Amino acid sequence: MRDFYGVTLDTPLMLGTAQYPSPAVLAAAFSDSRASVATVSLRREAGQGQAFWDIIKGVGVHILPNTAGCYSAREAITTAQMARELFETNWIKLEVIGHADTLQPDPFGLLDATEALAADGFEVFPYTTEDQVLAARLLDAGARVLMPWGAPIGSGLGLNNRYGLRTLRAAFPDVPMVIDAGLGLPSHAADALEMGFDAVLLNTAVAQAGDPVAMARAFALAVQAGALARAAEPMEPRDMARPSTPVIGKAWL
Amino acid sequence: MKIEVNGVAHDVTSPTLADALTELGWAEARVATALNGDFVPKTARGETALKDGDRLEVLAPMQGG
Repeated sequence: MRDFYGVTLDTPLMLGTAQYPSPAVLAAAFSDSRASVATVSLRREAGQGQAFWDIIKGVGVHILPNTAGCYSAREAITTAQMARELFETNWIKLEVIGHADTLQPDPFGLLDATEALAADGFEVFPYTTEDQVLAARLLDAGARVLMPWGAPIGSGLGLNNRYGLRTLRAAFPDVPMVIDAGLGLPSHAADALEMGFDAVLLNTAVAQAGDPVAMARAFALAVQAGALARAAEPMEPRDMARPSTPVIGKAWL
Repeated sequence: MKIEVNGVAHDVTSPTLADALTELGWAEARVATALNGDFVPKTARGETALKDGDRLEVLAPMQGG
């Protein structure tokens, strides 16, 4: 497993903490998912923040705060600074959103914020697209990890642009990459790992499943299978059939 | 003085951000602060003066994806 800013994760699964039916289900889902990272956010204190902090500390995994809902580099930078103090980590899942319907990143704001935050000592996990040129610019700006989307956040569509993702993976073979957003099924997660991505980050697929804890377990098994398969070097697909049973020695009938 | 705290109008008497947080009941809370859009580290709250019309954001850990 590749390391993320010097941290080697036990499993290639990062799990969000939002939208669970209850804190008890959240805790059980985390346990059964065997996720190594929990994403969290900051919101206006309305009395629940302190209890949530206790829950998250109890989960006992790496904390990755996000800048969800920020539509400008300035907002994202301030949010990241607040997150660093609150969660005591230099990690930041940097979201600079460009469109309310697709929640796709604003590449220009994302690049500006990545540059500023990396210069300020942050370890940036930019939520980006499969755009290879933007990826190169983000790396130039100081990002050491990339988080390309699978599909729009919360859509559950899986890997929307397999060609683009495959190209991105091949273009930067040594950069740790996490497929973030859009995964709906364990098979999507296995697919991402089989394609050579280093981890997946998901939330809605588990939290909004009919049985979040069972779905968490399914994702745990899927990422394990995907990572194993990748390491085992999958066969190359081909267009024409090739018999697997030996032809030589076949009877003359 | 009249300031806005998390989008709601408040009348506070404390001259500094640190004192205002105590006045608002967040003395012990795990929160991060921003004043008029700029982050104010915990260590700087004592010397950060408030003025009429300031916009204060007080954020806490929350669920996120």
